[in-house]
Amino acid sequence: MADKILAVLEQRDGLLKRSAFETVCVANKIADDLNLEAEAIVIGDEISNIEDIGKFGINKVTHYKNPELVKYSSSAYRNIVKNYATEIDANYLLFSNTALGKDLAPRLAIKLNAGCVMDCVNIDSSSGELICTRPVYAGKALVDIKCNSDKKVITIRPNVFKAQTSDKFSPVDIQVKEEDSPDLGTRVVEYKKSDGKLDVAEADIIVSGGRGMKGPENFHLIEELAESLGAAVGASRAVVDAGWRPHSEQVGQTGKTVSPNLYVACGISGAIQHLAGMSSSKYIVAINKDKDAPIFNVADYGIAGDVFEVISVLTEEIKRVRKG
Amino acid sequence: MKIAVCVSHVPDTATKVKVGEDGKTIHPDGVTYIINPYDEFAVEEALKIKEQIGNDSSVKVYSVGSDSSKDSIRKALAMGADEGVLLKDENNRDSIGIAIALTDEIKKDGCEIVFCGKQSVDYDNSIIGQLIAEILDFSCISVVVDLKIDGTKVIAEREIEGGREVVEAELPIVISAQKGLNEPRYASLKGIMAAKKKTIEEKPAASGNNLTEVVKMYLPPPKKPGRIIGTDSSAVPELVKLLREEAKVF
Repeated sequence: MADKILAVLEQRDGLLKRSAFETVCVANKIADDLNLEAEAIVIGDEISNIEDIGKFGINKVTHYKNPELVKYSSSAYRNIVKNYATEIDANYLLFSNTALGKDLAPRLAIKLNAGCVMDCVNIDSSSGELICTRPVYAGKALVDIKCNSDKKVITIRPNVFKAQTSDKFSPVDIQVKEEDSPDLGTRVVEYKKSDGKLDVAEADIIVSGGRGMKGPENFHLIEELAESLGAAVGASRAVVDAGWRPHSEQVGQTGKTVSPNLYVACGISGAIQHLAGMSSSKYIVAINKDKDAPIFNVADYGIAGDVFEVISVLTEEIKRVRKG
Repeated sequence: MKIAVCVSHVPDTATKVKVGEDGKTIHPDGVTYIINPYDEFAVEEALKIKEQIGNDSSVKVYSVGSDSSKDSIRKALAMGADEGVLLKDENNRDSIGIAIALTDEIKKDGCEIVFCGKQSVDYDNSIIGQLIAEILDFSCISVVVDLKIDGTKVIAEREIEGGREVVEAELPIVISAQKGLNEPRYASLKGIMAAKKKTIEEKPAASGNNLTEVVKMYLPPPKKPGRIIGTDSSAVPELVKLLREEAKVF
């Protein structure tokens, strides 16, 4: 019997996340290269888009179901995945490196005696051996890692691998298992959503402000530009430490490492910690008064001018272009 | 109540990373080492919980590494931790190897609350707390920005995408600290002097084989030089055109 790879998928409010489909695609690719059988597991109550898993290349899903499991419970989720992985004797467990994946994956590594490789941005299985590439030092360097244990737990960075529908499409075989008495020893009792804003860790476009914004009262300009682009608002460490913006928005080495499609840096000079956290963005725009600021070394397009003057015009121009 | 706090000695975040001669680790030249920034939040929270619980509680600092890690242990002692132990190992360990060494000692000491930073700023794995908890069969809440411990009941808020989760659990527990949990206190002069006098216990780290292996370390490809397309808002139409046609972002 072929070895198995188990994709552990995340739902939020009864909907599989985009990162879950990325996980399906990567599991499917590894399965092809290493001649494995791929299947998926998801924990939650009703999951409206569960059938979509088939479109992305995996046609066997086990759904552990209980209304108590809509919200994350590290103890219950760990036990369910551990028991199922043991039952099918999975050799590889694949997660997305989301808040949930980061919390859950290492727990399974211990329980299954597996090596653990987190936050991979590339997985090369073409040689028949698995080499995982992951950033270290917030992206200042990369390492290639080999996992020498029999069982392997791997997480992939969200937004890096594309979720593409597969030509292997077949109707998905969904096994529903009622989970009667989950271990809710550690459980989420409430989710407090930040007021309707996009999170930098999940956004395709980020507009960030730094000390050049001169004060918290000017960040409405950043918010307006972000809104015109459908972007998340980010911030440099300087403005977070000054209390202008919440830490959840901080991009950089003691904040979040991001790789959106577009990163717009406004009034950010580009300290090494900040550059480490955002240099892997696909396109970078910098607006800063100082033409010698380090941010221009990583920016694809720069405007070396007054940030306030440029932002207002840019917001209007983007609104105009997107309308027409 | 015994409270453990695990600290890691890491390159300063201002470090410009160069690859070392072995091709697998960073070049040590010119690198300043500091206590892992997230571990400072862990130390602070451990001290706050000790103050809350009262006299019969103590905070012990644990670190795995070479002699130089004593600097970070001493930093935690200067902030107010009671004692410290260095679990010596000159070799590089992966996170599971580190967790095995830490838990071996924490278990002997009978700690019921363990704090650590949510990640170390070198390898950025963000897993040490969960590993420790699973080895010890403790509860664990990671990436914590708010914490209340009342008797054996723990209520914490952890940061996730787009918001916070309120999590309930029971002692014994491992808490991994995120920035925002507290404002780490500065070590007082008295604290620094007292820390200098304290003996840091040294023991060989419990053996733990690495399950993962770094094959090579390298720098990301340099970004191709960008261009400055203007010095004021008259460059905006050009910028928007490039974003549409070249970057195709909208």
